[in-house]
Amino acid sequence: MSELRKIIIDDREVEVDPRLTLLQACEEAGVEIPRFCYHERLSIAGNCRMCLVEVVGGPPKPAASCAMQVKDLRPGPDGAPPVVRTNTPMVRRAREGVMEFLLINHPLDCPICDQGGECDLQDQAMAYGVDFSRYREPKRSATDLALGPLVETHMTRCISCTRCVRFMTEVAGVPEMGQTGRGEDSEITSYDSATLQTGPDLVVATLRAGLSSELQGNIVDLCPVGALTNKPYAFTARPWELRKFQSIDVMDALGSNTRVDVRGREVMRILPRNHDGVNEEWLADRSRYVWDGLRRQRLDRPYVRREGKLKPASWAEAFGAIAAAVKAADGAVAAVAGDLVSVEPMWALKRLMAALGSDWHDCRQDGARLIPGNRSAYVGNATVADIDAAGAVLIVGSNPRDAAPVLNARIRKAWIGGADVAVIGEDVDLTFPAAHLGTGPEALTGKGRGKVVAFLKDKAAPVIIVGQGALARDDGAAVIGHAMALAAETGAGMLVLHTAAARVGGMDIGFTHPGGVAGALEGAKVIFNLGADEIDIAAGPFVIYQGHHGDRGAHRADVILPGAAWTEQPGTYVNTEGRVQVANRAGFPPGDAREDWAILRALSAELGVTLPFDTLDALRRDLYAAHPHLAAVDAIAESPWQPVEAGEVAPRAFRNGLADHYLTNAVTRASAVMAECSRLAAERRAKAMAAE
Amino acid sequence: MLRRLHHHQPESFAFTPANLEWARGQIAKYPEGRQASAVIPLLWRGQEQEGWVTRPMIETVARMLDLAPIRVLEVASFYFMFQMAPVGSVAHVQVCGTTSCMICGAEDLIGVCRDKIAKAPHTLSADGKFSWEEVECLGACANAPMVQIGKDYYEDLTAEKFAWILDELAAGRVPTPGPQNGRFASEPLGGLTSLKGFAKTHEANASVALATQLGDTVKRIDGTEPTATDVMRGASPMPVRKKGAPKARATGAGESDAALREAETVGRPEQGSVAGSKPALLKKPRKGGADDLKKISGVGPKLESLLNELGVFHFDQIAAWTDDEIAWVDERLKFKGRIEREGWIAQAQALARGEGA
Repeated sequence: MSELRKIIIDDREVEVDPRLTLLQACEEAGVEIPRFCYHERLSIAGNCRMCLVEVVGGPPKPAASCAMQVKDLRPGPDGAPPVVRTNTPMVRRAREGVMEFLLINHPLDCPICDQGGECDLQDQAMAYGVDFSRYREPKRSATDLALGPLVETHMTRCISCTRCVRFMTEVAGVPEMGQTGRGEDSEITSYDSATLQTGPDLVVATLRAGLSSELQGNIVDLCPVGALTNKPYAFTARPWELRKFQSIDVMDALGSNTRVDVRGREVMRILPRNHDGVNEEWLADRSRYVWDGLRRQRLDRPYVRREGKLKPASWAEAFGAIAAAVKAADGAVAAVAGDLVSVEPMWALKRLMAALGSDWHDCRQDGARLIPGNRSAYVGNATVADIDAAGAVLIVGSNPRDAAPVLNARIRKAWIGGADVAVIGEDVDLTFPAAHLGTGPEALTGKGRGKVVAFLKDKAAPVIIVGQGALARDDGAAVIGHAMALAAETGAGMLVLHTAAARVGGMDIGFTHPGGVAGALEGAKVIFNLGADEIDIAAGPFVIYQGHHGDRGAHRADVILPGAAWTEQPGTYVNTEGRVQVANRAGFPPGDAREDWAILRALSAELGVTLPFDTLDALRRDLYAAHPHLAAVDAIAESPWQPVEAGEVAPRAFRNGLADHYLTNAVTRASAVMAECSRLAAERRAKAMAAE
Repeated sequence: MLRRLHHHQPESFAFTPANLEWARGQIAKYPEGRQASAVIPLLWRGQEQEGWVTRPMIETVARMLDLAPIRVLEVASFYFMFQMAPVGSVAHVQVCGTTSCMICGAEDLIGVCRDKIAKAPHTLSADGKFSWEEVECLGACANAPMVQIGKDYYEDLTAEKFAWILDELAAGRVPTPGPQNGRFASEPLGGLTSLKGFAKTHEANASVALATQLGDTVKRIDGTEPTATDVMRGASPMPVRKKGAPKARATGAGESDAALREAETVGRPEQGSVAGSKPALLKKPRKGGADDLKKISGVGPKLESLLNELGVFHFDQIAAWTDDEIAWVDERLKFKGRIEREGWIAQAQALARGEGA
C-alpha cells in the first residue's frame, strides 16, 4: 500500500491511494462521474470519453478521468495538492459534446427499447444531452447478432463501449466477442456471428451460433444501452412496474446475492446484487435465467395416491393419509432433504422427526461423505474472497466452471493476478491453464503427493478447493482427511465446494445420519421427502413429497404436499464457505401451496406432536437457540480446525458429478430456457469432439 | 467501409512449406508470451499466398499464435491493407480517390475500373483477372491521378492510358510503372524552370528503375525476394527474369539493366571515382600535439577520430582546404556537405588564429 496522496476535487480536499484513477478518487470525494466504458471490474478502455474532467495546471484540454491515475497528476505551485474540477463550464461542455456524438447514431427508440427506464445513456442524456440535434444525415444502422437464447441484440443502439468484449475475454475467459472493422463501420460482434454469413447452410449456422460462456448473461447488465438485452425477458415488463426483492441464488452453493424482480405474482427476472465476498457483481446464467422454470410443472395443490394414481386432494385428506401412514409405521419414519431447501423447514422437519422419535434424516442426497459435526471438514477454513489473494489454487475433484461458474471467474481473476492453478481429477477446460497433478486420491496420498506439496509450498496463502467429486464416494471422508493434512502441512486454506445450496445449512443443523441417506432410509416405512429430486426411493415405503415442482420426487410420492420455491418464502441459506445469508420472499406460491415451515407446523398438529412455534420468527428463535451462528447473517462463523483421519483411499479417478451444467435441479429441469441452453451446450460439445 | 468475412470461403488454408518456415521465423522474433505480435506479418504473408484473407487463414493464424480467432479477425478487418474478398488473379487495382487525385480525374479512372473490371469494387472481373477498389491517399499527390497495381504506382494517368495499362496486364505484359505522361518524377510538365543543372540524366527515376529491375510489380511475395539490404548492396538474388514471371519491360532486359546500373551509380558513388583533390595530410600531429578539433562546432569525438585517421590534426590544415579539397574530404568521410553547411573552414581559420570558435 503506497502512501495516500492529497488531491483537491471541486474544492474538497481528499486523501486517496495514488494508484486510484481520477474517476475513483472523485467517487471517494463523493462526486459522481458519468461513464459508459469504465467498469470497476474490467480493464480500462478509455473510449467513451464521457468521464472527462478538468485537471488544473495540466494540458489545456479535458482529461479522461478513468484512464488517468492520481499519481500521474503534478502538484500545484509550492507543492500544493493537484486540483481536479468536475463542474466547470469546460467539463460540462466537453461532456455535452461527447453526448451529442454518442447520440448521432443512437436511435431515439427509447419507447420501444427494453433498456428504457434503466439505461445509462438515457439517464446521462437527461443530464448532459441537448434537446435538439444538429445532425441531419441518415443514422448508421447495424445488423443484429446471433448470440443464442439468452442475449438479445439490437446493435444499432451500440455505443461501442466494449464492456461486453472485455467481460467475455477477461472475466468469462471465453474470447468469443470482439470489435471488428474501424471507424464508423466498426462492429461489436461474436466470432460465430461474424462467420455466420460464410457458412454453407445459413439456417443451421444460425441455430448453432451463440456464446458458449456460462456467464454470458452478465454482458446484459454491463451494456450501458439497450444493445444487449435479456432475450427471455424481452418486452415483458418495464423496470418501474417491477417490485424488487433481495434474495439469494440457490442454483449452486455459492449463494450469489440476487435481486428478484416481480410483477404481480410472477418472477419476471433475476439480477445479481453486488457482494464482494461472494459473487462480486456477477451471476451465472443458470441462476439468472431459471425463472421460467418457476412457472412450469408447479405443484399447486395436495395430491394423494389412490389406486396407484396421484389424485388431487384437499390438505385435510392429505394430512389424514399421512397421519394414518405414520401411525402404522410405528416410529419407522425417515426424512430426506433436497438441495434447494432453506434451513428453516429442515429445522422444522428435524424437530418433527425428533417428536416422532426418529433421528433417521439426512440431507446428503448425492452421498457426499461430509463429516457431521466437524464444520472445518465440511466447510473448510478458507473463504471465497481468500481466493483473490491466493498465490496457488489447488482444485480437487471438481469442475468449478460447472459447480459454481462465478467462483470459477474468481479463480480466473486470481490466475490473472499471478496465481498458479492445479487440478486433481478430471482435466477440464477451466478457461485458463491449470496444471494437472493427478486424476484420483492417490495424488494426495501416494507418490504424487510430493508434486502437490511442491505446488503449494512457498506460495502466498494457497487455497485448496475440495469438490463433491472427491467427497461423494465411499472413501470421501478419507479424501477430506488427506486434503486437511495437506492443508495443514503447506499452510493452505481449505474450501469445500458444494453443489447444493441447502447442504451446508443441513450439515450445520445436524440434518444427518451416520449412514447417509441410504442409512437413514433403511427400514423406514414412511419417508418424508423434503424436495429431494435426485435420489431413487425403492418401492415399499410410504413416501410423502413436499416440494414445489412435479419432478422425480413427486413421481415416487404417495402424498404430495405443495410447498414454496425459494423466491416464495423467506429462508436462510448457508453457502459453501459457511456464510449465512437470508433470501426474502418475493412473491407467493401458486394455488394451495404454502410455505414449507408452515406445512410442517400444520402437519405436526395433525400428527399430535405440535411443534413449539407458530410463526417463522418463533421458529427462528428456536433455531438460533440451538445454533447461534445462524443468527449472524452475512457472517462466516469460525470453524475450529479438527483434522480428520486420513484413512485408506481407493485408487479410483475423481468424477466431477454434475452431468449437465444447466439441468441440475427440479427448477432448471422445468425451465425451457435451461433446456435450450443444455441442448446448445451438448451440440457444442459434439461439434468440438467431431473437430478433434 | 464495412469489412466482413466474404460470404464465400474456401474449405481450408495451409501455408506453403517455405512460408510456414518463414512464419515460424517471424514468430521467433518476439519474446515468449508475445507471439501475438506476429499476427500482421503472418496475415500479410497469407494474403500474399492466397491473394486475400480467408476465414480458414484467420483460424490457422489464430492457432499458430495461440489467439482466439476473433482477435485475428479484429486485426484483419481493421487494416484496409488486408483484402477481405477474393482479388484478381493478375492484379488488384487500387485507385487513389483522395482530393488531389479526385480533382485530377480519379473519378474517370474509377469509371474505367467499372467498365473494364467490375461494376462494384472488391468484385472479380468476368475473367477473374482483376478486381479494384478505391483507396485513401497513396501519397503521390504531385503525380495525380494515380493507381497502385500490385507493388508499384502508375502515375499521371488518363483514362485512356489506364485502360491501356489494364489491357497490357491482361495480355501478360507489365507496363513500366511511374509517370505515364513522360515526366521523370514530379517536375513541371513543361520542363524544369529552376535547377536546370539537374535536368533528366537517367532513363527513369529511382523507384521506377528499381521496379523495372525487380520486375515484381504484380508478383506476389513468396520468400524469394531480395531483402532491402540485398537491393542496397546491389546484389540481386532476385530471379529478375524468372521463367513465367511477367516481363518488367517490353523493351528488353539489357537496356533496363544498363539504366539501373546508371541509376545506381548516381545513387551510390563509389570511392575512388570521386571528384575533388586530396588536401595536404600529415602522418602524425606536429610537435606540440594535435589541436582539439572538437572545438569546431559540428565535430564530435567520432568525427575527430575520423579526421585524425585521415591525417588531419590541426585547425590550420582545415583552414587551408580549397573547395576541391573540401569535396574530397566530404566524399571520403561521407560528411554529406556538412563541412560547408557548418562553416568548418571559417571556424578553423578563427581557431588557428587563436580565437575561440
